[in-house]
Amino acid sequence: MTLDQIIAAIRAAHDSHAPLRIRGAGSKDFYGGMLAGDVLDISAYRGIVAYEPTELYITAKCGTPLAEIEAMLAENGQMLACEPPHFGGATVGGCVAAGLSGPRRQQAGAVRDFVLGVKLVDGSGQVLDFGGQVMKNVAGYDVSRLLAGSLGTLGVLAEVTLKVLPRPVAEQTLVFDIGESDAITRLNRWGGQPLPISASFWHQGQLWLRLSGARAAVAAARDKLGGTLAVDAEKHWISVREQTHPAFAAPVLWRLALPSTAPAPGLDNLRAIEWGGALRWYAGESGERHDAVRGAAARLGGHAVLYRAPESLRCLEGAFAPLAPALLALHRRLKQSFDPRGILNPGRLYAEF
Amino acid sequence: MKVTMTTTDSEFRTDRQALAARLGMILPAHCLLVDDEDLRPYECDGLTAYRELPLAVCLPENEGQVIDVLRTCHQLGVPVVARGAGTGLSGGAMPHAQGVVLSLARFNRILQVDRDSRTAVVQPGVRNLAVSEAAAPFGLYYAPDPSSQIACTLGGNVAENSGGVHCLKYGLTVHNVLRIRVVSIEGEVFEIGSAAPDAPGYDLLALLIGSEGMLGVVTEVTVKLVPKPELAQVVMASFDDVARAGDAVAAIIAAGIIPAGLEMMDKPATAAVEPYVKAGYDLDAAAILLCEADGTPEEVAEEIARVTEVLTAAGARDIRVSQSEAERLRFWAGRKAAFPAVGRITPDYYCMDGTIPRKRLAEMLSAIVAMEKKYGLRCANVFHAGDGNLHPLIMYDAAKPGEWARAEAFGAEILELSVALGGSITGEHGVGIEKINQMCVQYKTPELEAFRRIKAAFDESGLLNPGKAVPSLHRCAEYGRMHVHHGDLKFPELERF
Repeated sequence: MTLDQIIAAIRAAHDSHAPLRIRGAGSKDFYGGMLAGDVLDISAYRGIVAYEPTELYITAKCGTPLAEIEAMLAENGQMLACEPPHFGGATVGGCVAAGLSGPRRQQAGAVRDFVLGVKLVDGSGQVLDFGGQVMKNVAGYDVSRLLAGSLGTLGVLAEVTLKVLPRPVAEQTLVFDIGESDAITRLNRWGGQPLPISASFWHQGQLWLRLSGARAAVAAARDKLGGTLAVDAEKHWISVREQTHPAFAAPVLWRLALPSTAPAPGLDNLRAIEWGGALRWYAGESGERHDAVRGAAARLGGHAVLYRAPESLRCLEGAFAPLAPALLALHRRLKQSFDPRGILNPGRLYAEF
Repeated sequence: MKVTMTTTDSEFRTDRQALAARLGMILPAHCLLVDDEDLRPYECDGLTAYRELPLAVCLPENEGQVIDVLRTCHQLGVPVVARGAGTGLSGGAMPHAQGVVLSLARFNRILQVDRDSRTAVVQPGVRNLAVSEAAAPFGLYYAPDPSSQIACTLGGNVAENSGGVHCLKYGLTVHNVLRIRVVSIEGEVFEIGSAAPDAPGYDLLALLIGSEGMLGVVTEVTVKLVPKPELAQVVMASFDDVARAGDAVAAIIAAGIIPAGLEMMDKPATAAVEPYVKAGYDLDAAAILLCEADGTPEEVAEEIARVTEVLTAAGARDIRVSQSEAERLRFWAGRKAAFPAVGRITPDYYCMDGTIPRKRLAEMLSAIVAMEKKYGLRCANVFHAGDGNLHPLIMYDAAKPGEWARAEAFGAEILELSVALGGSITGEHGVGIEKINQMCVQYKTPELEAFRRIKAAFDESGLLNPGKAVPSLHRCAEYGRMHVHHGDLKFPELERF
């Protein structure tokens, strides 16, 4: 597949006002709102374009599987520090478009924090280059990061450049038997101390804590924190990242993003806590609790995503928390400026555009 | 010498009396300046070569007044330039001759420091360093530390996406701000981002941070605080040639080390600072590297040992490790004081801000040596080596006819070479008015048009900081024509554009 083919497909859709559904591996088809339009499969536009370990960046075409990128990084002792999920065969384009980060986010940052540049094909088939391959670049608006999490509604992320980091020298996981509110209190207290905590996961009275960093720092933290040393920790963190852990097994799953210190929101069916308390997973019902869940998250200064649910329900309720009217109007104007005919992934982010 | 840069990108005609009368109705007398002698201190920011007197300066004390000022200017079609401490180095806060300056200086309160959630809510006029000082009792600090942190404000940091000497490890402003409250030119208030992660919708926080006052006016900022490392230690290494020093930087990264700070100074820079700060720099070295490790004592010891090993293998002629906090600060003092130190040995200097891939450093520095001859001006180089951000300091004398024009052309050539080497015209100082022409070199027409559409999505009237950051296509066409004669201007004294 060539860039010209992507451009041609978008131009044709633009000319005929026909919606396109941009698809990499389809590993996140479950995520977001409606899936509408003819599939524009970009999975064949793949390959690593440039990788310079000492410059700390990798550039790849959108259809490149994360697995391929991570394998190459691993050969040089490096990683994608936001630890994005693969969900089967995720591509790097889909990874940035969805903006979903994994367990290491609490220490290293989110997908958007690692986006250095994007080659975008917008809704009229124009190729736009934003950002670049250097760590610092404040020339022009930071469109590359804006595209992280935009779910393909502003254009096809034909090529992305990501900052990469060295893998930690040492990693150990500790397990503690504690309840929900104790876990939240402790995670926040530890968060305020210079400890090398790179991931946290609480489920049914067990808190898993991953330490990553220099050998001496990990050992010192282990002595300080106590707990039991986990075996098979790597497998555990992969199951958290990939959400194959039983905690995530629910037909309807809510993802609540909250200030890390927020107390329990008063909802039933807490399944897991991640990111030092800032991410909480609840099993839902197909019923009428959506306003209650959204309201509870909003009251605590956060927001709720209807993360996993039948498509009909996500379309009906909206996957993401509704935007204030002024913000929604702004979103529409931005959408309009990149995709004037509204042909790219319409309804995937919000039903309104 | 005074250089006036007119902002003909956008044409505005303001009735000065009518404007003063309207502003007088919404602001108390002590919040409004309209007399020339009161306006004078606002005519430029840290880039003093570019000056313009505004028609009025508004100093609102609350968000309601900000909204009123913006609404009024929107109704009257008057340009608005927001301003923090005015320490910016790209003329981003240079006033508009037909507009008002909206100073956020009185928004100087820290509203909340929360130990448990490790966040602070501050007004935009709060100084960068004041945030870390307020967080210090909790063992926390705000990581981005631009060299001007004692004076520069959070609002300005947000507008410029400021960095500092620790951003390779701790990130830029965009990585450390969680939420902002913004007023649009129409007086509408937006909450962007939140203390919770992954705010719904587009990542507008990323778009607004670094937008140079073109999209909205920030009235409140929530920042992330991080635990203060228990210990920090610096390795100072000197090298016989800059290429070797550049390779040493790559070798540190290749060894899997992300230092808290990794800075380089060339010989002219150390020569300028040593008499000033007496840091003990090796004055015979072609370049010195400062590499900081932070963390727990065990972690620091481990990293310092590895860094020392790598630097030795990379051919450092001398390596010293700070043995006390006082010594660490002394090693840094020279780097942090590089700008004022250079200011002592030259009447004026012009600071550049390009970023390049680290591996092109030697190439860039030898090109700069050639440019020194070409333009007949000296240049000292300080370099955020870890993230490829170069600050050449071009020395000139504004009192000597033609020197400023030569300095400007020298700077432009450095920036354009940064782009050619795969980098950017600005790493942390912003485009402002200074690098507006080089935007035409870094970006092609489609990207510039996309920037203009984004601007219009926030500010259709084009009243927020007009003529800055994003050039008009007309301007780029003009620059393209002039560019042919670049560095060899026939009439360097003439006002251009």
